[in-house]
Amino acid sequence: MTPQTADNAIVSVRDLQVGFQTTDRRAVVKAVDGVSFDVRRGETFGIIGESGSGKTTIGRALVFLLKPSGGAILHNGVDPLAMPRQQFQNHRRDYQIIFQDPNAALNPRMTILSSVLEPLELARAGSKAERLQRAHEAMDRVGLPLDLGERYPHQLSGGQKQRVVIARALTLRPKMIVCDEVVAALDMSIRGDVLNLFAELQRDLGLTYVFITHDLAVVSHISERIAVMYLGRFVELGPTEKVSEHPLHPYTRALLSAEPRPLPSTMRGNNRIVLQGEIPSPIDPPSGCRFRTRCQYAQAVCAEKTPDWRELMPDHWVACHFAHRPNFSPN
Amino acid sequence: MATAQPAQRGSEAVAGGPQALMSVRGLGIRFKTSLGVWQATRKIDFDIAPGERVGIVGESGCGKTITGLSILRLLPNNLAGLDGSIHFDGTDLASCSTREMRAIRGRRIAMIFQEPMSALDPVFTVGHQIAETLRVHTNVTREEARERTLEMLRRVGIASPERRIDDYPHQLSGGMRQRVMIAASLICGPQLLIADEPTTALDVTVQAQILELLRDLSETSNTALMLITHDLGVVAETCTRMITMYAGEVIEDAAVDDALVRPLHPYTSGLLRSLPHLSPRHGKLPSIPGRVPSIMDMPNGCRFKARCAHAVAGCEKEQALLDAGNGRKVRCWRFRELELPGALQHAATSPIAAMVASP
Ligand SMILES: Nc1ncnc2c1ncn2[C@@H]1O[C@H](COP(=O)(O)OP(=O)(O)OP(=O)(O)O)[C@@H](O)[C@H]1O
Ligand SMILES: Nc1ncnc2c1ncn2[C@@H]1O[C@H](COP(=O)(O)OP(=O)(O)O)[C@@H](O)[C@H]1O
Ligand code: SF4
Ligand code: SF4
Ligand SMILES: [Mg+2]
Ligand SMILES: [Mg+2]
Repeated sequence: MTPQTADNAIVSVRDLQVGFQTTDRRAVVKAVDGVSFDVRRGETFGIIGESGSGKTTIGRALVFLLKPSGGAILHNGVDPLAMPRQQFQNHRRDYQIIFQDPNAALNPRMTILSSVLEPLELARAGSKAERLQRAHEAMDRVGLPLDLGERYPHQLSGGQKQRVVIARALTLRPKMIVCDEVVAALDMSIRGDVLNLFAELQRDLGLTYVFITHDLAVVSHISERIAVMYLGRFVELGPTEKVSEHPLHPYTRALLSAEPRPLPSTMRGNNRIVLQGEIPSPIDPPSGCRFRTRCQYAQAVCAEKTPDWRELMPDHWVACHFAHRPNFSPN
Repeated sequence: MATAQPAQRGSEAVAGGPQALMSVRGLGIRFKTSLGVWQATRKIDFDIAPGERVGIVGESGCGKTITGLSILRLLPNNLAGLDGSIHFDGTDLASCSTREMRAIRGRRIAMIFQEPMSALDPVFTVGHQIAETLRVHTNVTREEARERTLEMLRRVGIASPERRIDDYPHQLSGGMRQRVMIAASLICGPQLLIADEPTTALDVTVQAQILELLRDLSETSNTALMLITHDLGVVAETCTRMITMYAGEVIEDAAVDDALVRPLHPYTSGLLRSLPHLSPRHGKLPSIPGRVPSIMDMPNGCRFKARCAHAVAGCEKEQALLDAGNGRKVRCWRFRELELPGALQHAATSPIAAMVASP
């Protein structure tokens, strides 16, 4: 397991478990099943994985939008669930979450300005004039002209709407923002703009991000560290350069090699690992290593024993019986 | 670079060469809306040769889907008009009779979509649905149809098809449903398969499987592929030619490698530059300022003008799809003097190069 909470951890997650009842109430989906990690203050912590792997569930748990069924989540070393109610409500403002679809996050009948003001009003922050000032600051911060404030969401482009959602999250001056697929719905030519904005806000405001996405290019562009998730568990965690250039886990390698590359044929190489089949159901995951049903290296032990979560290289963690240091043997 | 003289005609390129399977000329689509009639696409020209794999790329709303649908005349019923021609192996699909269209649709041209679930009928087994397609278009017996269906399911990589043939769509995973759709679309051996974002709803490891399948099938059976996507990586991995659309028009048409290495249109170049794959990690991503003009408020002349760093006096004139030599076309009168960066300039310093090299 990860060592004691480091001083620079803004969030520490220990053996997190989140289960959901299936709709027929006959079974439990273990959406997250034993995940431990720290998010360091000021960093961008990327989480990547295929759909259903549990990324959104972790994100929602991190900001206490849902309650863990096991394990612990500490914010700055403190368990928010142990706080008195009012303190907990105030505390939550420091930890915001933004989702993929700005249309779902914005009330179509509210003007842009009212949407940006709303969190401040709910929090009864400052006087009316102060709230307006802060809303304007936030809009300015994300590059929205103030005259857009009088418009309605349908009169804005996708990129502008996502900026409004970011402005809303910023008004309460959070310390950390969980970004769940925040650029997935945006067109490619404006995706860059929004990613640049996130980077700029982090530099200027010292924000911490947990950046959740299924897009490898996006996550490796913006994150300092990347965690790779498969069927409710982390299979690998390490510095972006290490994970994307010297992956230790067979699943990470397959994921990297499956990414379609916008390169001419001469530069694309021919090293694709095509995985068989699809992700098994999280209701009844494979025993031992959960990746074994699709892993080309699987051995008998992989079905019997769950691989340990090991720090194989400094700051570089992996869960695979057969992962080894890349320098010591060719792989 | 080629020295061919650009075609200066207003009515754009001549009809497709003798080898074209399909030649689209001057295709335009108009819709009736509460705000009046609007022109969704115009002046669409392109050819597809037999067995060729062509990617149609562009941002949301640029007209990719409706261009694909117009080929099979499956456009929504608020259609106000279809201009131009679509010559397919001797028939103009834009003007042929409904009966002729029915004989072509599903048999000689097939189409698959992003969401296979909505295209499959939940109350019939997958085997029934595939066999029906065959029985509608040919007079095979029930037994023969089942035999051919099994064989097709095997070809698209469904394990133990004898067991799967009697499954209902909801019993299959997303990737398997898309394989079933591909089986159903290819069972009659079409000359052209139109695939509209066939892997967008799938995970990246499953996407890789499906793209490989499409590439293989098109190669082994000489089926031409028109692959509609917003993902330049998908085009690079699957297609041989890339047609870029912007605001309802074709703005560039070139071999994939040429378009990626040396794009001729400032928009294509801008798109490549904005990809995070191709930028140094953690650096600022280049982006194209502004946004696509609204369909109700299209500027005269070059539709990219307001966002183009190279716009000068003259760009407000109507832009024709010019012949740039080597089978390339571009809708920008300045293409010869502009030296636009492509994927290579960025890839050299980007993490993608390292990713390519990993084991
Ligand atoms: N039934 C319709 N009535 C009016 N306008 C329509 C209709 N269908 C499509 N359009 C318009 O035609 C244009 C092209 O639409 P199309 O669906 O072809 O886009 P696309 O390139 O496939 O985009 P995406 O990448 O989002 O799928 C858009 O401006 C769209 O709003
Ligand atoms: N509210 C819920 N009720 C039941 N199951 C859920 C719920 N939310 C998520 N799940 C299930 O938990 C698993 C992980 O989901 P999610 O965290 O949304 O994955 P991701 O964001 O990685 O796509 C999936 O199997 C999903 O179906
Ligand atoms: S533990 Fe076994 S099955 Fe799992 S990734 Fe490693 S080799 Fe593959
Ligand atoms: S015609 Fe002018 S504005 Fe349009 S792409 Fe070319 S240089 Fe840019
Ligand atoms: Mg999710
Ligand atoms: Mg479309």
